[in-house]
Amino acid sequence: MTREPRFDRTGRWVGASVPRREDPRLLAGRGRFVDDIALPRMLHAQFVRSTIAHGRIVAVDLGEVRAVPGVVAAFTAADLALGDITALLDRPPHEFVPTAMPVLALEKVRYVGEPVAIVVATDPYAAEDGVEAAVVEYEDLDPVVTDTAALADGAPLVHAEAPRNTLVDVSLFATEGIDDVFAQAPCVVRVRTKTGRQNALPLETRGVVAAWDDRDEQLHVQTNTQVPHQVRTVLAGCVGLHEKQVRVTVPDMGGGFGQKCVVGREEIATAAAALRLRRPVKWIEDRRDALTAAFLAREQRYDVRAAFDAEGRILGLDADVVCDMGAYSCYPFTAGIEPLMASAEMPSVYQVPAYRVRGRAVTTNKAPTAPYRGVSRPQYVMVVERLMERAARELGIDPVEIRRRNLITVFPYTGVNRITYDPGSYRESLDLCEQVLHDEGWYDVRARAVREGRVIGIGYSCFSERTGYGSGAFAQRKMQVVPGFDISEIRMDVSGTVSVTTGTMSHGQSHETTMAQIVADRLGLDIARIKIVQGDTDRITYGWGSFASRSITIGGSAVAAASGKLGEQLREIAAHLLDADVDATELDGDGGVRLRDDPARRLSFAELADVAYLRAHLLPKGIGPGLTASASFDVAGDGTFSNATHGVVVELDPGTGGVQILRYVCVEDCGVAIHPQVVEGQCRGGIAQGIAGALFEQVTYDDAGQPLAPSLMEYKVPTAAEIPDVAIHHLETPCAFTANGAKGAGEGGTIGAPAAVLNAVNDALRDTGVELDDTPIARETVHRALESALENAHV
Amino acid sequence: MKPAAFTYHRARSVSGAVGLLAELGDDAKVIAGGQSLVAMMNFRLARPEHLIDIARIPGLDTIVREGDALRVGALVTHHAVETADLGPDFRVLSEAMRWVGHLPIRTRGTVGGSIAHADATAEWCLLAVLLDARIVVEGPAGRRSIPAEEFFQGVFTTALEPDELIVEVEFPRPAPRATLTEFAERQGDFAIVAAAVDPDAPRVVLGGVAQVPLRVPAAEAVLAAGVAVAEVGEAAAAAIDVRDEPGASAHYRRALTRTLVTRACEEARTR
Repeated sequence: MTREPRFDRTGRWVGASVPRREDPRLLAGRGRFVDDIALPRMLHAQFVRSTIAHGRIVAVDLGEVRAVPGVVAAFTAADLALGDITALLDRPPHEFVPTAMPVLALEKVRYVGEPVAIVVATDPYAAEDGVEAAVVEYEDLDPVVTDTAALADGAPLVHAEAPRNTLVDVSLFATEGIDDVFAQAPCVVRVRTKTGRQNALPLETRGVVAAWDDRDEQLHVQTNTQVPHQVRTVLAGCVGLHEKQVRVTVPDMGGGFGQKCVVGREEIATAAAALRLRRPVKWIEDRRDALTAAFLAREQRYDVRAAFDAEGRILGLDADVVCDMGAYSCYPFTAGIEPLMASAEMPSVYQVPAYRVRGRAVTTNKAPTAPYRGVSRPQYVMVVERLMERAARELGIDPVEIRRRNLITVFPYTGVNRITYDPGSYRESLDLCEQVLHDEGWYDVRARAVREGRVIGIGYSCFSERTGYGSGAFAQRKMQVVPGFDISEIRMDVSGTVSVTTGTMSHGQSHETTMAQIVADRLGLDIARIKIVQGDTDRITYGWGSFASRSITIGGSAVAAASGKLGEQLREIAAHLLDADVDATELDGDGGVRLRDDPARRLSFAELADVAYLRAHLLPKGIGPGLTASASFDVAGDGTFSNATHGVVVELDPGTGGVQILRYVCVEDCGVAIHPQVVEGQCRGGIAQGIAGALFEQVTYDDAGQPLAPSLMEYKVPTAAEIPDVAIHHLETPCAFTANGAKGAGEGGTIGAPAAVLNAVNDALRDTGVELDDTPIARETVHRALESALENAHV
Repeated sequence: MKPAAFTYHRARSVSGAVGLLAELGDDAKVIAGGQSLVAMMNFRLARPEHLIDIARIPGLDTIVREGDALRVGALVTHHAVETADLGPDFRVLSEAMRWVGHLPIRTRGTVGGSIAHADATAEWCLLAVLLDARIVVEGPAGRRSIPAEEFFQGVFTTALEPDELIVEVEFPRPAPRATLTEFAERQGDFAIVAAAVDPDAPRVVLGGVAQVPLRVPAAEAVLAAGVAVAEVGEAAAAAIDVRDEPGASAHYRRALTRTLVTRACEEARTR
């Protein structure tokens, strides 16, 4: 098919890996992160946290705390009397049970690490001394530590209002006659899998500095959030201020990955303490709290069957998904975030004619969850890709070939899940990825391995990733707070330089560079003359921040539209001053407007701005002074799908069960890459986090719900020694309806990696009779598989 | 993750440090690189009232060859050993350092600190037992020298008296064929199992399978017999007494022992 890009490729900025504008300060250590902020008279907060997983609070005694040297104040939930944080879905009671998350636990504690009281002191050491002096009396309740325990008959209830500890129970699709499809199918395969609980683990932990400003009559909260406006709304509600009395700003951020795209209890409590004390208060989450009490993700259980015909074409998918969301629903997404994502999108890149799914969110006595880069897609892609491999094996079809027979190749394609997929390169990316591994000789290596006594496997994953969820897509999830659009405002100053707002929020993705590139091409202005403004609720009308790979697709489109409007204004003024028709003018690509047929007649932006502000009497009739424009963008349809194929070569060590990645190839298509180097950085970082989920990281608890991984010694984040170099190949299927042809690129790496790694490990185990479906893959399990195969061979 | 309050003392000499230890008793902890102690203090698992910083005591950071012996000062960092030219006789010390934590840890952590901490999987503890090292300590009564095998007594427990300071580790004999290898999921982690062998002694020492670095005489006997290396691994695996634990079953630890001892022996035979 032919693809007609509707974007402007004539500019010189979009598509160029220009030096990142963030780098000079960040690389020189001159960035400003939350913990770099110090205000006069600033105090430091820490939290008294629950030491048990489930219990009733009998008494909280902070008397000793207040006597600790350096402690200025200590507050319980009763002292602060804050409103709860409550996230809602517009779904009936049998599908969704609303639960409130108090800012500080009041009657019950529901996980180890839950904040019970806030201690404010003159320095962080005294704050911890104060925390240690708190006496909290609990009445123990039986903890619910696993999803199966949560769903068991007679299980204790984490929330009294949620029977069977079920917060979300939704059956989004059930194709009529699907049972017959399975009954008559020549091949039915099944995957049951459990994926480990993970922590998004931004390098910079969560943190906030809050201060009441008497002159502005405003509570200024500097917090490292991905969603400043949502923090403002919740905070204003919890403490009882008008939103105009709350200003949320965001300094440099050291990652978020979704953990910071929900409203945290600690940022509200810290701000409330600052408001109460009329002194600045800082809270910096330490690594232990980050590992045990921050928002977690990814603990899911799947039981999925797939029916295939004899040629390997998929006939149906029947899925049951249970997500262990921990103790509370997160704001604004709710505990539905994972099961609804899995339910809506599981058919993935394949032509699935029949589909049935039940998705549940259960609540347990573990730290609550939030979206984490990829949200369910790393898990369901893994399940679907395992199903493909299993069917291929049963039917004696090559695992790459069976995918080819099922991939969506004609676009737009409307799936059984009623989502319309815009054009992508599903087939092309798979073909190229396989070709690369062939050309690099990895199939020869795999073939030779057996006689060399080596254990080597090759695995793939194919997936697409919906990016740019507009209001319509989120509304389908029935969120009561519906994210989607973005608004951008652009202002040219008297010197002809511009500042542009975006409602998105870079937490490390280089928006100051990439958004400026978009503006630069739209206005024909060097990026050195463009300032991007983000993360300030006083300067930005409204924004949804950054998550779901939405920034460039939606935010970038809004920025482009606002820039386009300003460009029109500049041309109108220029046309008047040059005594020409507006249609006869054009932006000259060098910071000016010229006559198309007489390019020597030109006015620079500075000259035009000079008129717009300082000699307004020269402006044409109907054009007021000043140079500003505003535009919004929303995605009308189902959004745009980025896609990729990952190919992985692993070697297993029969002596230890060790897993080494020998080669990692990613063929990705995110449409037009605004800044290819940034895209590659996103791919690599995402792949590292995906490998982490497949092979290393897991948040674990004992039977009493005590966290077993409170430090980075136990929570095994892979390092540069474990993550291989990643070869990245780009395909480009421009998006037809974003302003720049771009699709999102933030999450794909994470989505594809677990499936590809798991498939590669299983390919290496192909002669052992053992198939592994759970993650993270335990080395001992790999060892045992190889050992028993060896023993069987000797028998 | 902030330590409880403590009083900081900087020792200028070994005798000064010993004097402070004698004076402050059990309430005091010696700090050198702080790579284990500070983490424990931040978790408030350790809360010494006094820290005696020995990092600037002169003369404890040298590596000296004296005849057959190599004397390594207590304040020598892992990184200094890693990058030192110790010649073929003690190459195992430099080579083993790649297994110690990560580079930033190796630039601060010290030989004496690692041995005093006595983690049963720590490379220095294994190496000390492997090479029959003597731990030279100084107390109020002067210096004494403790054989490594007697020094390590249990989990984080040593023969060091509360008023004594490790000043030096003496490796009495060359070990040109000694090797150390280990397995963990991540580079730099504490090993699930670590194995060190010296075919010339012969010595087979394991980490991660007991409360102290464990010599395995049964395997040493097989090693001395000069039979196939796999049999040494087999003997070591058969000799250890391990239980199922979260993260590694007894069966797996045994298997790792078999593999790692065999590999260490193979590596040694190439020398």
